[in-house]
Amino acid sequence: MHIASQEVPLVWYLILSAVLFCLGILGFLIKRNLITVFMSIELMLNAVNLSFVTFAHQWHEVKGQIFVFFVMVVAAAEAAVGLAIIIAVFRARSTLAVDRIDLMKL
Amino acid sequence: MNESLHLWLIPILPFIGFLLNGLLGRRLPKAVVSAIALLAPLGSFLVVLIASRTSLPHSETYGTWITAGSLNINLTFVLDQLSLVMLLVITGVGFLIHIYSVGYMHSDEGYWRYFAYLNLFLFFMTTLVLAGNALLMFVGWEGVGLASYLLIGFWFQKKSAADAGKKAFIVNRIGDFGFLIGLFLLLANFGTLTFSEIAAKLAANPAMTGGILTAIALCLFVGATGKSAQLPLYVWLPDAMEGPTPVSALIHAATMVTAGVYMVARTHFIFDRSPLALSVVAIVGAATALFAATIGLVQNDIKRVLAYSTVSQLGYMFLGCGVAAYSAAVFHLMTHAFFKALLFLAAGSVIHAMGGEQDMRKMGGLRTKTPITFWTMTAAVFAISGFPGLSAFFSKDAILAAAFASGSLGKLLWFVGLVTAALTAFYMFRLWYLTFFGETRSHDAHPHESPWSMLGPLVILAVLSVGGGWIGAGRFGAFLSPTLGTKTEEVTGSLELMMMLLAVAAGALGWFIAHRMYHQRSAAAQLTAPAPAGYSLLQNKYYVDEFYGFAIVKPLIAVSKYFLEWVVDIAILGGLAWLLAGVASFSGAILQRWQSGNIRSYAAWLALGAALLLYFVLAPHVFGAPSLHLGLAGH
Repeated sequence: MHIASQEVPLVWYLILSAVLFCLGILGFLIKRNLITVFMSIELMLNAVNLSFVTFAHQWHEVKGQIFVFFVMVVAAAEAAVGLAIIIAVFRARSTLAVDRIDLMKL
Repeated sequence: MNESLHLWLIPILPFIGFLLNGLLGRRLPKAVVSAIALLAPLGSFLVVLIASRTSLPHSETYGTWITAGSLNINLTFVLDQLSLVMLLVITGVGFLIHIYSVGYMHSDEGYWRYFAYLNLFLFFMTTLVLAGNALLMFVGWEGVGLASYLLIGFWFQKKSAADAGKKAFIVNRIGDFGFLIGLFLLLANFGTLTFSEIAAKLAANPAMTGGILTAIALCLFVGATGKSAQLPLYVWLPDAMEGPTPVSALIHAATMVTAGVYMVARTHFIFDRSPLALSVVAIVGAATALFAATIGLVQNDIKRVLAYSTVSQLGYMFLGCGVAAYSAAVFHLMTHAFFKALLFLAAGSVIHAMGGEQDMRKMGGLRTKTPITFWTMTAAVFAISGFPGLSAFFSKDAILAAAFASGSLGKLLWFVGLVTAALTAFYMFRLWYLTFFGETRSHDAHPHESPWSMLGPLVILAVLSVGGGWIGAGRFGAFLSPTLGTKTEEVTGSLELMMMLLAVAAGALGWFIAHRMYHQRSAAAQLTAPAPAGYSLLQNKYYVDEFYGFAIVKPLIAVSKYFLEWVVDIAILGGLAWLLAGVASFSGAILQRWQSGNIRSYAAWLALGAALLLYFVLAPHVFGAPSLHLGLAGH
């Protein structure tokens, strides 16, 4: 099998992306602290970003990279809004444990 | 030549009156309300008079009402000889009754409401008469039913009045159902509802007789029996006397109840083709005339006597229609409008004089107290009894002669009509003697003559009742022949003279018996005399109301209550509703558990769902097996 260059193969990137994504899901599901949950979401977003970039590089397409910028912008906005919500929740409930933020329950 | 006559003004003027009085009347002074109410029919009457100078028939179309496929129904008004006669009666007599009402209703709280309804009635009635097609006629037909309902129940605080209104409305519904079926049959067989087109199609197809035409004619006649109070649907009219007396005069004597006769005359080309339907019309008419007259013999309420008399006279008109003497029927319709409106208005004046008393047993001796009412009433009594030279003499004679001339069945019907004429004279003179002669039998009443707003119309109508026959005697048939055809056979010579003499003799006999029973014997003795056999049967109106109550109303109520309410409404519909509610709340109770309020559990479900979807999408590619997929996997 001939390897053209010393490049890291595509599949490795994808596996890394999948691992990061699963870590994000896992963190989202099992952590109690709202900030950690929030960070897990960011992790998932970045995992997706990684696969975008990978495919963009693979196929010499610029679209994937543009998507990444969009995701970053949205993530930044989300961070602003999300952190504001977290602060508001903490002020109201004096806790950041997601299990206890359940006022909407019947 | 065919310039517009603005026929639309005839119904619209009363409608404007209705809107003004109905919407603003409460705030307007009485004088303004009266002015609006009186100007509307007067204006219509003048428009009719102006229009009558044109060459007939004249039709005006104001646009298309309904277009559906090949069906095209226009807003068309037709003025021909028939509708002209009707319009003159409706707006002319209507105007007189409006004037009378100003005096009669002057102290009523609902003065403005009364006149609004009365104008509304004129709007619908003129629409009915002017309509150039059956559907537009049906609109007027239903509208006058509504106005009639509103006016019968005018004093709705009184339960009997409200009930009478409902009764009139419901009984008319039965008739209207027949009318509607007739319209559908017309539409299915002719494809049009325009009278002139149906007539043309029938004329172009002379072989078409019986069968479907009989069905159409009978359905239309069912409608007529409802509106014109014929057997078996007459029961609402006597109860309709709960309304104010001028209403009884206008709607339940002179105009609305004759709509059925008008409708039969208007569609006579259908009836002409169906001997069976004509026979039914004639038999029902004659039977009603006799039946109602016998009930009228023993009624003690002055208005009820007149109500049964109206039913009976309407029977005469249908008898005339049934022997294809439409012009005689319309002639009688016209004279009847004069003398019966007069009778009702005079009765109203009597009731007014007696302070609201309607029982003739408590009246008597009013001849000297209310002389003008007495003399006008006398004119009407003589007119309806067929006194020679007065109006009903000519019109009743025309109907009886036509009946006599139309075969063996006609001879029998003629005899029924003759007997009815004697009965008519009897109950009218009974009313006359009981009311105006003898001693007064009421001690707490202080009879007084009515105001001139009431007496004026009485005098005019008295003149018309006396002289109205001369308008049409001998030439009415010729005048109406362009519309109604010239089928009436004329009875001539000595036979005609014989029949006239017989009719007059019948009337005189009725008068003689009434004179013997109610004038020569003192009224008190008469009233305490033992009741003759059959009196109770008549007094109770042959128990027809009781029979209907037992045979129709009770079972209907029972079905409504035990089947429709308990089974259908409560058990089936209610049960279904409860079942649906139960399913919803049960499934809600289960699904509620899903909503734990725990964000992480939601997220877990989300992740699980995404994983499942991903599996179904990717599995065929990964495992290469045609496994279960949701149509998402690319083929």
